[in-house]
Amino acid sequence: MPAKIAVRDVSKSYASDSGSLHVVDGVSFEVGDGELVAIVGPSGCGKSTLMNIVAGFERPDQGSVITDGELRTQPSSRGILISQHGSVFPWLTVQQNLMFGLNGHAHDDRQALADHYAAMVGLKGFEASYPHELSGGMLKRAELARALVVKPEILYMDEPFSALDALMNLRMRNELLRVLAEEHHTVLLITHDVEEAVHLADRILVLSARPGRIQASFDVPMTHPRKLSGSQVQELREAILRELGVDSDQ
Amino acid sequence: MRRVLPSVAIGALLIAVWWILVIVTASVIFPTPLQVLAGIGELAWDGSLWSDIGASLFRVGAGFLLAVAFAIPLGLWMGWVHGAYATLNPIFQMLRPISPIAWIPIAILWFGVGNVSPIFLIFISSVFPMVVQTTAGVHAIERRYLRAAENFGVSRYTLFRQVVIPAVLPQIIVGMRIGLGVAWLVVVAAEMIALHSGLGYLIIDSRNAGNRYDLVIAGMIVIGLIGLMLDGAMRLLEGLKQVRWRYAR
Repeated sequence: MPAKIAVRDVSKSYASDSGSLHVVDGVSFEVGDGELVAIVGPSGCGKSTLMNIVAGFERPDQGSVITDGELRTQPSSRGILISQHGSVFPWLTVQQNLMFGLNGHAHDDRQALADHYAAMVGLKGFEASYPHELSGGMLKRAELARALVVKPEILYMDEPFSALDALMNLRMRNELLRVLAEEHHTVLLITHDVEEAVHLADRILVLSARPGRIQASFDVPMTHPRKLSGSQVQELREAILRELGVDSDQ
Repeated sequence: MRRVLPSVAIGALLIAVWWILVIVTASVIFPTPLQVLAGIGELAWDGSLWSDIGASLFRVGAGFLLAVAFAIPLGLWMGWVHGAYATLNPIFQMLRPISPIAWIPIAILWFGVGNVSPIFLIFISSVFPMVVQTTAGVHAIERRYLRAAENFGVSRYTLFRQVVIPAVLPQIIVGMRIGLGVAWLVVVAAEMIALHSGLGYLIIDSRNAGNRYDLVIAGMIVIGLIGLMLDGAMRLLEGLKQVRWRYAR
């Protein structure tokens, strides 16, 4: 069976004042169907650029991205991007946001689907609220639900919970794991938070400083739910941090 | 209550100063506040106040609505299509600083001294701020929202109906507020030059027909009050739930 996402030798440079800026350098990896792969790296290492290329928003200078055996040249509703700052439309209610991507359905079906996913992420009772009336955590739930409604096969998550406080971050991770246990998705997660990666991922790729290239790969063998204070998690976390050039003192 | 109190106090103070100055200088022409109030009463009683207000509001309404119908689609188009912006923006930027008053001779030449001239002047004066605001609004749409729409692969109709237009709506409302304010300024100026009705005509006619400065000032106060109400009505639009995200920050 072919990989769900196959990234082959992708490179990207931008023109800048001091010549060309090499951001992504020959990155190749694959993500299997239903797998959750996390990419960690220092800030400014080209993670977001790589994500934009994989999701089809930008074209690579070299190399290619293949999802489901098709060359990815533009975004598609089969893979939805969730980014750090969110893109829930502030001028639509929660329900209208959730119904946004549902073209070609009857109105009643759209509403029923939207309400189903609102309930799944814990937004029951907030369908008629506008985003500015919601907290940061609830906005993230709305964004996740809006993505799930269109039944995408892939979720591209670019620092999805970075803007939340530590407690809400942890809560949203558990929420995501619960949703992923209910629905079958392939997830590509980009984060600078090693603990988040170890908590969620099946496999972790470490990206080097700019220009970003894959520096190491770690399998995460533990089953869910993972005990974050357990020795296995801690050892893996330290190994990844060492790879990133950070020595933890413990 | 506590927030309007300072404004009321300043207003009362200004009226008191005005009153005292008229008495101290023993002016025979400049009216006291009481005479102005009597003047407003006189105009309201014989009905000319209402017909003049009606005439001015009709001209503003017609010119302004025409401008809205023209400016918003044009602004959206100019904001969305780069070629349209590159072509038309320099022309608008050149026409925009020309005072609407400068158009009066041309308006009279083209449309005579009927209702069409002031309606044309109001159109000219309010269309540019609305085009500029709408275009700027489209340019200011955050890329993350456009990307989300692109990601979900919605139709062009949905993109405009549910993303572009609602995203620009707060800016459109700001443009409409500016446009209506300018329109109200201009209608009075236009009516002072030609025509035989309207609040501008009332002011000029009161002066010409025997230095009735009580009626001149009465007309000015009525213009101010109606301007305030028009702006208040436009402000109500800013309270709509669909646009609160922009103002409530």
